[in-house]
Amino acid sequence: MGRVIFNRIAGAVPVILLVTLITFGLMRLIPGDVSAALGGISSTPAEREAIRKNLGLDEPAHVQLFKWYGGLVRGDLGRSHFLGKDVTQATFERLPVTVSLSAYSLVLTLLFGLLSGIVAALRQNTWVDQAAMMFAMIGVSMPNFWLGLMMIVLFSVHLGWLPTGGYVPFTQDPVGWLRSCTMPAISLAMLQIGLLARITRSTMLEVLRQDYVRTARAKGLPNYLVVGKHALANALIPIVTVIGIVVSLLISGAVVTETVFSIPGVGQLLTSAILNRDYPMIQGGLLYITLLLVGINILVDVAYAWLDPRVRYDGG
Amino acid sequence: MADSVAMLDGAPQIAAAAPGRSTRWDVARRLWRHRSFRFGLGLFAIVIAAAAFAPWISPIEPNKLAMRARFLPPSWDHLFGTDNFGRSQLARVVYGAQLSLMIGTAVVVINAVFGALIGALAGYFRQLDNMVMRVNDAVMAFPAVLLAIGVAAVLGRSTPNMILALSVVYIPRTARIVRSSVIVVRQMEYVQAAVAAGAGHWRILRRHILPNSMAPLMVQLSFLFAYAVLTEATLSFLGLGAEPPTPTWGNIMAEGRQYMREAPWIIAIPGAALAITVMALNLLGDGLRDVLDPRLRVQQ
Repeated sequence: MGRVIFNRIAGAVPVILLVTLITFGLMRLIPGDVSAALGGISSTPAEREAIRKNLGLDEPAHVQLFKWYGGLVRGDLGRSHFLGKDVTQATFERLPVTVSLSAYSLVLTLLFGLLSGIVAALRQNTWVDQAAMMFAMIGVSMPNFWLGLMMIVLFSVHLGWLPTGGYVPFTQDPVGWLRSCTMPAISLAMLQIGLLARITRSTMLEVLRQDYVRTARAKGLPNYLVVGKHALANALIPIVTVIGIVVSLLISGAVVTETVFSIPGVGQLLTSAILNRDYPMIQGGLLYITLLLVGINILVDVAYAWLDPRVRYDGG
Repeated sequence: MADSVAMLDGAPQIAAAAPGRSTRWDVARRLWRHRSFRFGLGLFAIVIAAAAFAPWISPIEPNKLAMRARFLPPSWDHLFGTDNFGRSQLARVVYGAQLSLMIGTAVVVINAVFGALIGALAGYFRQLDNMVMRVNDAVMAFPAVLLAIGVAAVLGRSTPNMILALSVVYIPRTARIVRSSVIVVRQMEYVQAAVAAGAGHWRILRRHILPNSMAPLMVQLSFLFAYAVLTEATLSFLGLGAEPPTPTWGNIMAEGRQYMREAPWIIAIPGAALAITVMALNLLGDGLRDVLDPRLRVQQ
């Protein structure tokens, strides 16, 4: 088990190095003079020079790279021009909001995605199966920001049931949190529910054809034990690997959903950084989110090894 | 957004059979018999027709202002209603379809070329593989939409930049799928026979390996088209697409957002058009996968 964890972390090191390198390179993609873009058209040459100095752009590329890595190790990714704060501080202030919204969505995803996938597989080729798969197809195809807007029109504007946006911290008022986060969480979860339902169904169908399921049925086990103990336990193993991807989708979906529902999370931080051309903030936010996801994927791999002894003993 | 329908539910395995003329007909016939493929094809045909016949469907220019006809709800005169400048939403939506399909097609073509090239080289020349795949893994570690946002943000707002940003994000995903099928195909006896007969690398790749690794690529490209259209709309909704008043679906929804109380049709209709387009492409991808992927076919 320890070896699996070690291998996963060691395997992630080159990926993380390259991820940081790509993020560093992003700033250098900006066409033309960065200082002109940052300072605006009316900026004087002296102001532009100050901006270049501030960003360290007057130094040679390898020095910039070393400084960038030095800062990265210390958690210093520069200052946001517009917020007047460190990028790191701004990101971590907003992170709990995004995490709580994503967690809510993940719960919805697991609940409805797994359930509809399992039911569809057990009732293969019936109307239940077809309805579930049609629902999944719609979920996979619907733009989440559009679904969010449509829900606001229906439930907030016309029916007045839920607030149109904003965020109430869970620690402050759990009911308010539930009211402010339910629509965003649903619009965010829709795509993942569809994906997970499709994967769960096909995995379950595969498992249900296996010999050990036939054996379990042949020895007269009741259906709920066959499905619950033999089929589901084995189907869950490949599904766990998908959770990493689901979380990745949730976090990137949150960027858009937070904008739609005016939720002050990392996503909104990033989108306003884009509109303000706040490059250090874009760069830092992107990097932190990606590193977070790399971490989550390592955890998923470890969970996978823990669930599946075959992976554990092969050393992954 | 949809990081990968294809990659998630069963990355397409290889149909290693050489596609002769008779198999090609066989595939076409099976696709036609596939119910959801046919449905997807029908939906997609409608979207293409709307884009192709845009000037005939709506003789009004998409950016023509009519200040006396502001916020008209859908009616016979204005099928999709009008917006805050009295612009015809029918015109804007059908011209938006043109842009969406154009961007989607461009991304698919660029991916087909570069994804196939990189994937084939990595799968064929094993010395290259490790390096290429590390870079691939790193790009894929970024959530797709976020990386597209980052690249589009630094490049600036324009349609070519959008195509570039989407291509950067999706080429590694395409390359990985091509690579895995090339690795399988290069073990085939007919490839060994070609090597024994003294064929060069280039000829083996072009004549033997690539044609036989096409099936998973086809499946991936149809899903890719769906993500490209969806991600483009998302990015332009966030203000990263072509500058307004260019009628992209994302732009229309971004502009209509502040009027969604009084005029919900401004956002409802382009969003529905987007959902229909994405669903059509997903259905086509499902059909292609079911027919081209022998592993899943057994299951049915």
